[in-house]
Amino acid sequence: MVVFGIELSWLAVKLIQIGLFVTVLLVGLAFLLLMDRKIWAAVQMRRGPNVVGAFGLLQSFADFIKFVVKELIIPAGADKVLFILAPILTLVMAFGAWAVVPVAPGWVISNLNLGVLYWLAISSLGVYGIIIGGWASNSKYPFLGALRSSAQMVSYEVSIGFILITVLLLVGSLNMTDIVDAQAGGFWHWHIALLDFSNPKSLLLFPVMFYMFVLFFISALAETNRPPFDLAEAESELVAGYQVEYSSTAYLLFMIGEYLNIVLMCAMTTLLFLGGWHAPIDIGVQFVPPFFWFAIKLVFMFFMFSMVKAIVPRYRYDQLMRLGWKVFLPTSLVAVVLVSGYVVMFGHLAGGG
Amino acid sequence: MLPVIAFYVLSATAVGAAFMVIAARNPVHSVMYLITTFFAAAGLFVLMGAEFLALLLIMVYVGAVAVLFMFVVMMLDVDFVEMKRGALQHAPMGIVVGGVLLTEMILVGAASLTQSDGGVKFPEDGTSNLEAIGNVLYTDYAFFFEGVGLVLLVAMIGAIVLTLRRRDGVKRQDIAKQIARTREGGVELVDVVSGEGIGS
Repeated sequence: MVVFGIELSWLAVKLIQIGLFVTVLLVGLAFLLLMDRKIWAAVQMRRGPNVVGAFGLLQSFADFIKFVVKELIIPAGADKVLFILAPILTLVMAFGAWAVVPVAPGWVISNLNLGVLYWLAISSLGVYGIIIGGWASNSKYPFLGALRSSAQMVSYEVSIGFILITVLLLVGSLNMTDIVDAQAGGFWHWHIALLDFSNPKSLLLFPVMFYMFVLFFISALAETNRPPFDLAEAESELVAGYQVEYSSTAYLLFMIGEYLNIVLMCAMTTLLFLGGWHAPIDIGVQFVPPFFWFAIKLVFMFFMFSMVKAIVPRYRYDQLMRLGWKVFLPTSLVAVVLVSGYVVMFGHLAGGG
Repeated sequence: MLPVIAFYVLSATAVGAAFMVIAARNPVHSVMYLITTFFAAAGLFVLMGAEFLALLLIMVYVGAVAVLFMFVVMMLDVDFVEMKRGALQHAPMGIVVGGVLLTEMILVGAASLTQSDGGVKFPEDGTSNLEAIGNVLYTDYAFFFEGVGLVLLVAMIGAIVLTLRRRDGVKRQDIAKQIARTREGGVELVDVVSGEGIGS
């Protein structure tokens, strides 16, 4: 059946795909949240959540129920429409960006040719949830937190853009699937470790791309307002930043959106630098489904995020800005020049083993 | 059928939101409507097959420029009564600018309609519009593009020069200096005689 030129069966399949993706993502997120807290606890020699379910496995679901049944308090003098809109916007943008993330060959909602650009555009919208939420609360601390956080996110987006350009130049495509496929054939083709000794001139790229990976990781921390760059919600200065006035489901939406963005950043690091769903060594592991490799790399990146949260003290705001504009931006710009020079000299990096 | 519906919905949204930008009482709401307008325009770009431009519009205008607007507007303490009083005074200027823009738009619309190929040119040899834009900007008009870049650089430096104030008595962190500090230069050990202190 065709309605408005759209095949209904296609629509149904897409809807089922999206439903499945969202469900898996949310359930996975519940356990990643628990993992975050467990790692944090372990570093501080605590037990972490261990009451609800075995080893506290159901803690996130208990928290979820608790958030939902609480009362939503809208402060007097708040802009009601925008106050409600902000968390919804955060969550929608966080989900929206996942549409172009391929988790295994062909397992992607939309295989956009401009996938990376789409992701960059959507993630640049994530800042609105924070800035609107901070303003609509009609309160000092949320407002200060929102201002800090939006300036921070806009600053680090610039260097993330340049880092992406180096990867895109090497691959010669903006399609996420193409980017992953260019890294096939063993870990020495991954952009984090270009150590392909059969192609000696590609070794020139190794220091540049490894540096890009480090930069991307740190920028990802800053972009998602994770410690050590969580100045938007620095509890010692701003109580909780833009989410001070939020309670109940609205707060829950903010939190889910924030964690979705973090996991998305882990996924992007995996796809751009860690070879996506490709196995580190191609021989003898064909029986392992590609999704497993993607998931394990994603969880590893999330582990890194958690460890950074646990062991690194918070940056000062001027240091954060100095790092973004005076260190990351010029060096990533130099990297773009170097990589484009390489591409002009030797052509794109040949993918596949 | 669907593209036609989408076109009318998007353009109606764009026009309505653009009207609300000037009609909204709260400047923050105005910026929100401006963002809606950008989104609708991006949707129209997608309908025309220019998805690269659409994403760029969202990334640059919504993701960066409108954030700065929002930033400024939020921190402004605007007196609306005062602003409304000045509105009539500035009306002639607004009408002139609006008239010029309207004339230009009608001219462009009429010109593109009378053109035989419909005005919008798609690359024929199967290149994506990303490559097409790249060719135009970085190959055909590379020098003009770099010229524009220089103009922007000058504008940026000008803005910094205009706003940069050197204030005396401000303590600044010099990281190289901090790192270069040694124990010898930083610590002085004094044998204090009981009851006398360290003198001056």
